[in-house]
Amino acid sequence: MSAVKKNYVVETLRKAQMVELLAKGKRVDGRSQDETRALKIETRLIEKANGSAKVSLGNTQVIAGVKVATGTPFADTPDKGVLMVNAEVLPLASPYAEAGPPDENAIELARVVDRGVRESEMVDLSKLVLIAGKSVYTVFVDVNILNVDGNLFDATSYAVVSALRTAKMPKFEANGEKVTNTGKLVPFPVQKTPVSITMARIGSIIVVDPTAEEEAVMDARITLTTDDEENICAGQKGEAGTFTPAQVMEAAEKAIRKGRELRSVIKEATG
Amino acid sequence: MENKKKLISDAGVRTDGRRWNELRPIRMEVGQLKNADGSAYIEFGKNKIVAAVYGPKEVHPKHMVLPDRALIRCRYHMAPFSVDERKNPAPSRREIEISKVIREALEPALIAEDYPRAAIQIFVEVLQSDGGSRVAGITAASLALSDAGINMRDLVVGCSSGIVDGQVVLDLNDTEDKEGSGDMPVAFMPNLNQVTLLQVDGIYTPENFRKAFELAMTGGRMVYEMQRKALLEKYFGASPSETAMEEEE
Repeated sequence: MSAVKKNYVVETLRKAQMVELLAKGKRVDGRSQDETRALKIETRLIEKANGSAKVSLGNTQVIAGVKVATGTPFADTPDKGVLMVNAEVLPLASPYAEAGPPDENAIELARVVDRGVRESEMVDLSKLVLIAGKSVYTVFVDVNILNVDGNLFDATSYAVVSALRTAKMPKFEANGEKVTNTGKLVPFPVQKTPVSITMARIGSIIVVDPTAEEEAVMDARITLTTDDEENICAGQKGEAGTFTPAQVMEAAEKAIRKGRELRSVIKEATG
Repeated sequence: MENKKKLISDAGVRTDGRRWNELRPIRMEVGQLKNADGSAYIEFGKNKIVAAVYGPKEVHPKHMVLPDRALIRCRYHMAPFSVDERKNPAPSRREIEISKVIREALEPALIAEDYPRAAIQIFVEVLQSDGGSRVAGITAASLALSDAGINMRDLVVGCSSGIVDGQVVLDLNDTEDKEGSGDMPVAFMPNLNQVTLLQVDGIYTPENFRKAFELAMTGGRMVYEMQRKALLEKYFGASPSETAMEEEE
């Protein structure tokens, strides 16, 4: 990510060391290739948000908050509510992060996570309509990155999914043309649990859940999101490197297998 | 994502008359713009896209200089009149993301180490958009880069596949892209067999994921033949760049 320093000499030496270790099936932090870091999820910690979740994935920390309001639907989807994911790397998240509007990395991060939530149909947007074509629920999920140590994609995705799974939204009612807040809180129409798995290719090895140190030397990155039925529902290759077709299939297999494991962790943490 | 109307007939014919494994008509031309160091124009179905390359040239601002290789920049941009509803000309979040993935799709093919401290600027301007503008843009930009004489390991070719009415099909048009249930743009270096761009959306069983990926690669190889011919035509006046689809099934 942007918030990582690139240092050519150290990076080159470190990469040689990592490749050597990986050839022996080891990683610099002692994990195996397919092992993710410890995942910790806390939910409902921001009382003023309709839903919230703080996720720690190793030393990467992110917090997501859900805000629900009403607004007009998009012209091409008059019968669906509006759901948007936004991400920002806060300037306190890393010595290399800077304040300012989201750069291309933050935009890619938000859009890839958004794609996973949207394409898996995690939230039934057809249940978020008040007056078709005129008034719908608008759901904003904003993610703030608090500490950068690699794999912001998965940490952000887990935070968004956990926040939505535990969110309670205000119940609005439409009377003719008028929309009023009933003051009641109801759970979100959540129907799926998408799980994002991000992998880095370092040399010929594909590792799951890369740290910032691994990301600094990786050749290419791939994120694949799966749903409860173990379909692949979103994906993005990143960085100026390549994958062979066989490596793409290997990544898909890993995403399905690891996704299954992490889905149960997320479900357990979010009841 | 529910499909209200059928996009593929019972006879297996798509909205524009194609079958599942057929590409739209494609035309490419190299070297249209005189001021650019390299340029290419592509028509891919209703997509009309012009790509241009400037560089290697000096880097501004100077602190962006890379000591060991060229800085690659890319801008993908859609004209306000390229879509049904006028598009605000300011870069959208979608365009910013696509600019990034196009750059990352082309960069592996460039021997950027040959141009330390220099910048190579790639522009992809979509004059009219149909489904698959990013992959058509990559195909054109790759031609523009080779027209600019930039040292390259291979051309990069793009093609997409997707899921329409539950079926894996090649090269989605606008209607299929918007109303179908999945889109998978792929770009790769055909001679090195290396994938440089992969994006996935929609619901794919593991089997359909493999099928769609392989179909996009197969389609890409057909586009590559036309890409090669367009270059040969520019530099050697060889065979016409407009290639009929009949060759493939």
